[in-house]
Amino acid sequence: MPKLSQEQIVFLLWVVMFATFAFALPGFLSYGNIITLIRGVAVLGILAVGMAIVVIGRGIDLSMIAVMAVSTAFSFVLMTNGYPIWLALLLGLVFAAIVGSIIGFLIAYVEIPALFATLAMGAFVYGFGRYAVFGQDLVYLPPSAASIQFLGAGWVLGVPVPILLFVGSALAVALFLLYSRLGQFVYATGDNPASARISGLPVRPLIVLQYVFSSLVGYAAGLIMATGVTLMNTRIVNSTLLYDVILVVVLGGISLSGGKGGVRNVIVGTLLIGTLLNGMTIMDIQYTGQNVIKSVILLIAIVVDSILNPRDEQTAQQGDI
Amino acid sequence: MKSKLIIGTLAGLCCITAALTGARADGLVDPSRAGYLEAFKGKKVAFVPIAMGFDLAQAWNSQLAKQADELGYSYVVRDPNWSTEAGAQALTQLIAEKPDLIVVHSPDIQSYARLLKQAEAAGIYTVQINMKSAYVSEAYVGSDYNGLGETAANLIVKQCGEGSGKSGKVSIVQGVLTGGASVYQIEGIERVFAKHPEIKIVSNQAADWDASKAKAITQTVLQQNADLCGIIGFWDGMDSGIGAAVREAGKTGQVYVVTSGGGATSACDNVNNGTFSALISYNAMGQGRDLNTMIKALLEMKPKPGTVKIIDYSPLTVLTKDSLKPDSCWALPTATASK
Repeated sequence: MPKLSQEQIVFLLWVVMFATFAFALPGFLSYGNIITLIRGVAVLGILAVGMAIVVIGRGIDLSMIAVMAVSTAFSFVLMTNGYPIWLALLLGLVFAAIVGSIIGFLIAYVEIPALFATLAMGAFVYGFGRYAVFGQDLVYLPPSAASIQFLGAGWVLGVPVPILLFVGSALAVALFLLYSRLGQFVYATGDNPASARISGLPVRPLIVLQYVFSSLVGYAAGLIMATGVTLMNTRIVNSTLLYDVILVVVLGGISLSGGKGGVRNVIVGTLLIGTLLNGMTIMDIQYTGQNVIKSVILLIAIVVDSILNPRDEQTAQQGDI
Repeated sequence: MKSKLIIGTLAGLCCITAALTGARADGLVDPSRAGYLEAFKGKKVAFVPIAMGFDLAQAWNSQLAKQADELGYSYVVRDPNWSTEAGAQALTQLIAEKPDLIVVHSPDIQSYARLLKQAEAAGIYTVQINMKSAYVSEAYVGSDYNGLGETAANLIVKQCGEGSGKSGKVSIVQGVLTGGASVYQIEGIERVFAKHPEIKIVSNQAADWDASKAKAITQTVLQQNADLCGIIGFWDGMDSGIGAAVREAGKTGQVYVVTSGGGATSACDNVNNGTFSALISYNAMGQGRDLNTMIKALLEMKPKPGTVKIIDYSPLTVLTKDSLKPDSCWALPTATASK
């Protein structure tokens, strides 16, 4: 029996589940439902693509959801206060970029471990937002800016815009990682930062760039999520969304120790979660029950992986969690 | 003789008028006033909401702060920001500080029950606002969620029930399953639907008070049930997501969306633009005033803690596009809204 990678195991699990649902649930296979399924996890997928780059570069961004919520809310508040839409959107982007570069600076130059730097910055950004940007958890999109609802609720050629944006961002990042020099540098840094540095790679600027990128992805995902429901629920910072993002990344087989994996892994993980959620909603399983089933499936994936691919001195990497 | 009498009468009238006008100029001291004002001197009231960052808590807070300011008692807010643990900690801390009264907003019916009992033992009045705890303290001010569920269900029955020619398929989107707003409301809904076998609940899910989750659930349900007739959501802030899903499916007006909430302007806007078909408002600003009345009553009457149990259900108003008036919803005074 050939050795299966974690990605393949998760993919097989997905195939089995998808086939079961298709067989057992009427209407599951319809075009409309498949679209609904993917749209339901499009934002999660986009966030996971952004997180993937950071994780491949041997980092982690725990501030992503906070940046997402606050930068989007900031942009909405500006619109409500009469700023032109383009300027409000641009300033939101600038805010996200600044936060990303501060995080990157803390990690690359001050050399604070990513785990702590992003955890602290996430709390800071959210606190700053609550204090200075918005007084309420729900920040509504003003009716004057209804035109940008297209991002989260529009359709092009029979496909919802969020799905197109998910596919677009996945493609762009995949091409970047596989074919650009910078993308290869990210792998090199993630695999072994010390040797990457000795070989002359600009490791520190590269790290800053990764966090700027993940912050910008957070902002974009926030816009898509919020324009879809005409409000930004900043309380999402306290939800399990961040863990779901990390879950999708790790589940698909991207190692937290860096240097491994790609966009394909993220897509496999996203599909599994999306199918699971969609099927369970159709079956009208309660939220609490859904969480139990979700965790059991994830445990199965991890257990199968550790049985088929036992860790030993050769496969284990320094920094494995 | 006669003229003397007239003069005398006139003089008398004069005196009486003079006396009366004199009295009017001096005014009368309301004998109850000193005692009333005295009742609040040096008192301390605390407020522990689930979080400060949403419309209901801000409305209550603006009313509570206003009265405290007017009557000169001290008022503190402890904001646990959606964390039940932080809320329990804040309550424990407050019980040690011994304020005269605590206004509590319970995240679910169990978590604070024991602490409310402790507060009672420590001689502190507790007034519960809008979400009931399993433990009944001195007062509950807020929605009658059993009744609210009934009202919502009846609205749906009217639209989707017998004789409507519709499918009778209904979806329910709850908040957090263990919350006071959910457990009592679902009972009211189910009780009404039990009498109407033509209504079929095709989905009953919790969306954790989050609009995006509510949207994803509703999209799946609409996909599975193209002939869905009605949706009941449990809070307008979350139900914008339900409305967005219905709008995106091009079914605005075909699917009857019933929501409920404190009646902030954002909710009325959503009724006006068709996101919600009906909004059951429990008027959070009015609840704030009810809270103030309850605080005054308890501080004036000074009952022994635990000896009174007052229930004050808020009046409900059903708002639809037709019944909406410019003053149906409230906006916060700008001073509180900005912070």
